[in-house]
Amino acid sequence: MSSAKSKGKTGLGIEKCPTGIRGLDEIMLGGLPKGRPTLVAGSAGSGKTVLAMEFLARGAAEFHENGVYMAFEETGQELIENTASFGFNLPELCARKKILLDHVHVDRSEIEESGAYSLEGLFVRLENAIKTVNAKRVVLDTIETLFSGFSNESILRAELARLFRWLKTAGVTAVITGESGDGLLTRHGLEEYVADCVIVLDHRVAEQTSIRRLRVMKYRGSLHGTNEYAFLIGKKGISVLPITSLHLDHEASKARISTGIPRLDTMLDGKGFYRGSSVLLSGGAGTGKSSISANFVRAACERGERALYFASEQSPSEIIRNMNSIGIDLARWAAKGLLRFHAARPTLVGLEQHLVLLHEVITEFAPAVVVIDPITNFGAAGNAMEVKSMLTRIIDFLKERQITGFFTSLTAANSNPEESEVCISSQIDTWLLLRNLESNGERNRALYVLKSRGMAHSNQIREFVLTSRGVELLDVYIGSGGVLTGTARAAQEAQEQASVLAEKQELERKRAELSRRRVELKERIEALHWDFRSEEEKILTCMRQIEERERQVARHRLDMAHLRRADAANANGHRTRNVRA
Amino acid sequence: MKPGKHAGGKAGSKEKHWKLRLYVAGHTSKSLAAIANLQIFCDEYLSGDYQIEVVDLLKHPQLAAGDQILAIPTLVRKLPTPVKKIIGDLSKTERVLVGLDLRQEEQTV
Repeated sequence: MSSAKSKGKTGLGIEKCPTGIRGLDEIMLGGLPKGRPTLVAGSAGSGKTVLAMEFLARGAAEFHENGVYMAFEETGQELIENTASFGFNLPELCARKKILLDHVHVDRSEIEESGAYSLEGLFVRLENAIKTVNAKRVVLDTIETLFSGFSNESILRAELARLFRWLKTAGVTAVITGESGDGLLTRHGLEEYVADCVIVLDHRVAEQTSIRRLRVMKYRGSLHGTNEYAFLIGKKGISVLPITSLHLDHEASKARISTGIPRLDTMLDGKGFYRGSSVLLSGGAGTGKSSISANFVRAACERGERALYFASEQSPSEIIRNMNSIGIDLARWAAKGLLRFHAARPTLVGLEQHLVLLHEVITEFAPAVVVIDPITNFGAAGNAMEVKSMLTRIIDFLKERQITGFFTSLTAANSNPEESEVCISSQIDTWLLLRNLESNGERNRALYVLKSRGMAHSNQIREFVLTSRGVELLDVYIGSGGVLTGTARAAQEAQEQASVLAEKQELERKRAELSRRRVELKERIEALHWDFRSEEEKILTCMRQIEERERQVARHRLDMAHLRRADAANANGHRTRNVRA
Repeated sequence: MKPGKHAGGKAGSKEKHWKLRLYVAGHTSKSLAAIANLQIFCDEYLSGDYQIEVVDLLKHPQLAAGDQILAIPTLVRKLPTPVKKIIGDLSKTERVLVGLDLRQEEQTV
């Protein structure tokens, strides 16, 4: 409270001290308040010691901040043994004087009280320890044990308050663990008020599944995530979830990747899915979800990318065998190290545990595509709300890393998949639907794109068949009885072929007739020509005869005139005579 | 000083050698009171065969870990064994007697 100005960082709030614990720093927007005490409260077995130890170990190993661990319950050796499984490597950190483990033995039965006292001894001891390793981080675990050694409540309360003040003055980032009392956050009901930051851990069992939860109850001078977050104690310590869901700022890739089925690529704008998008493939039992997933995985491996197949129904060898039957050789890619299977029953562990397992495998394997087949199985491990939040976190996590997520979802036989997947549909970028089409006494598979954000996708229903070369998409015929698939499609195809043939023949016939007509026409023109010529000849002959005759008549008249010795006037007289007559 | 003084004490202190160590932190009023009270107590209840060592943790902070000292002042009975601890300024003589096994708990209740 008091150090807003003294700690500098004007306007940006207080300085933070990263814990290095996955997820916790995100929730606390950077980490614990630097140079101030934080109370970690929780019941027995809630993970207080692990959190405190991880804070210290990571501080020493990753942030170059040495630490002092003052344990009131466990001895140094016990602590080393108990936290060895998390890979903190305490013995080495201790040997390199990066961490000092100090076990403080408190036994009420050995101590008699006589008169007033203070806990100056503890302070002296702590100060000495801090100086020894030049510590920036301090853990006191647990405060209840310390105080159980003393009976004078009023002294204790005063000393507790003094301890927190002292830690602040010492400038160390402190984690003090405290045991939750009956209905109270802490036994003394005081720690939560004097601490600048309070983290509450909770471990409960719901429907036989244990769930650990963490909540930042108070954080002076800083914003923080206020929800209850699930956390897990895994192989590498604590993981708080959600890891990324405070932000929604992942980059959107424009790159496209093939679905593994050429005609499905064509349906999706000719290019396939966006890299880093989330794809949902839903359909009933036996609609071919796994087969399409396998195609997608194979395509990724053929591009040289890593693929992670998270199977919750079949074992890896079952998947490999089954996919072999449709010509998809996954074993080859698994052997090459490009494909990794991760098979686990959803009910084996809680949802959070699954999520953390996924996180761990994905972080380690760094795949380009992740297939979860099917996601609906997680419903068995949690209720709808939890499943939704888990999937949200998975999708967030994958998107942040530009990993393409491919989820299959099993829908009930007679339910509407668009309704049954309400919980995650809004988070899905590309949604493919598989349908069983039943007609003519057979069942066929059909696929269509229900939605695909950011691309012009086909709205057609396609029939898909499983061949020995994988999945193939075929056109679907629309007939009078609806969509035609299977044998109906084959019949339709045959019919179409027949009609094409008939048309071809008709065309040939017409072409032949045309050429015949052309020949006929030519012949007729020829005949007309002949007719015309003979006619012409006749007429010309006739004309010549007439002209000849006229010439003969004229000559004859001249001859007559000569005989009559007519002169030129005769001609007139001849005419006059004619008139007279 | 005088053997007969430990009237209620069953345990014979005559034959015992007492080795006491008092942890203090600087010259605070509690520390000074504890030193004074201890001196009075020893004179009154222990037979003279005792040895008192006062440790100032401000000067020797590393010594706090050895006897698991948290509270100040703390009186540690090193001898006779077992080790006993009494915290506080030793102003309540009854509790000191119990703490040093010079008097049974039942008698004080």
